[in-house]
Amino acid sequence: MIAIVDYGVGNLFSLRSSLEYLGCDVCVTARASELRSASHIILPGVGAFGDAVARLQDTGLVPILREQAQKKPLLGICLGMQLLFDSSLEFGLHTGLGLIPGQVRPLAPRLEGSGLKVPHMGWNRLEILQNDPIFRDVENGEYVYYVHSFYAADCAGSTLATSPYGVAVPGMVKRGLVYGAQFHPEKSGDTGLRILRAFAGL
Amino acid sequence: MITKRIIPCLDVRDGRVVKGVNFEGLRDMADPVEMARYYNRSGADELVFYDITASVEKRALFTDVLRRVASEIFIPLTVGGGINTLDDFDRVLKCGADKVSVNSGAIRSPALIDEAARRYGSQCVVLSMDVRRVDGELHIFARGGRDDTGIDALEWARQGVERGAGELVVNSIDTDGVKNGFDLEMLDAIAAVAPVPIIASGGAGCMEDFARLFTHPGIDAGLAASIFHTRQVEIGQLKQYLARQGVEMRLAKGGADLWN
Repeated sequence: MIAIVDYGVGNLFSLRSSLEYLGCDVCVTARASELRSASHIILPGVGAFGDAVARLQDTGLVPILREQAQKKPLLGICLGMQLLFDSSLEFGLHTGLGLIPGQVRPLAPRLEGSGLKVPHMGWNRLEILQNDPIFRDVENGEYVYYVHSFYAADCAGSTLATSPYGVAVPGMVKRGLVYGAQFHPEKSGDTGLRILRAFAGL
Repeated sequence: MITKRIIPCLDVRDGRVVKGVNFEGLRDMADPVEMARYYNRSGADELVFYDITASVEKRALFTDVLRRVASEIFIPLTVGGGINTLDDFDRVLKCGADKVSVNSGAIRSPALIDEAARRYGSQCVVLSMDVRRVDGELHIFARGGRDDTGIDALEWARQGVERGAGELVVNSIDTDGVKNGFDLEMLDAIAAVAPVPIIASGGAGCMEDFARLFTHPGIDAGLAASIFHTRQVEIGQLKQYLARQGVEMRLAKGGADLWN
């Protein structure tokens, strides 16, 4: 059973549909017992970092996520990936879950003068730096779908793959059993489905 | 870098895909779910669904179609048509839409753009504009291209972006359905005042039209309907062709084991 953490942030329709399409058992839940009994956990998220952290704190699930991240594969997606880091500079300084070392920072100052638009939105190449079971069925250079204005910095040691957009945007990160995807695998066509299938098989 | 996007557009009325020529004389094409599956397999980068159902009671039919498409097509979906309130945004987002396109609703109430951008984020709000030349000026038309609002298209594009639209669909009524190429002059004029992605619509007739479109750096995506629906232009072949011309494209890797 894959548990998708429901903390009132974002639209879970596509994520749930894509996992069901792959034949996975899925539950969308805010209950500690279901996170404990699940085989895998996915932390989704869209919106602003500060708001999302506050909502996640309100569910009381943060200690459970920290504990379960030591025991089973966990995947953060988009803002859910950013929440895994130590902190974020999105509208002030916010503390994250601290499961992966690094800080989330705005893209805009890094793109000044480049003519590149913020948000980084669209299909971009995934350049695989470190092979990993999550890329079992994916080749270097396949395209994935991004929508974000902030990116993970100071996380070179955990970065499995990047996409070029003015800076090398960390697309997939990993530390221990904890994975983070800045892109949306549930919106990345067959490439994204193959990544989700590999995660479900971990 | 971000690829240029190829986007098939499905106009849905009473649960079926239709496509007009110059917005008149609608012809029935096919089942939207079947077509979405076909586009998904052939490498479309995004799908746009416009609900052109006139009556409120038939609207449920559209949301049902949308839900079925969204549960098996895993590329971005943009939905438009009949979006007048935040409740309309909510309704289609819950059915699996990723972006919502506003047109006449935003003309009637421009604050809808601000409110939607605040609630869902700019990346979710697409401003769709039907534009036609009137006495040498670019005017915004409402109600599916029927009414001249007299609003200057450049001013409307500027205002839309300021209010929070994250993307513009520019549909030239002058070239729509004529299949003689995109309205490059109109597109360039609007791209010059709007620092957000521009989706070109109206006039694509052949692969070369897309190649010409993407020599204009301000344009991010090309949208078309009938030439894709009739397979006069096949999306997989179009993207291979554009990649050979040096346009960055997401080429389908296959995924034959995934799609049924």
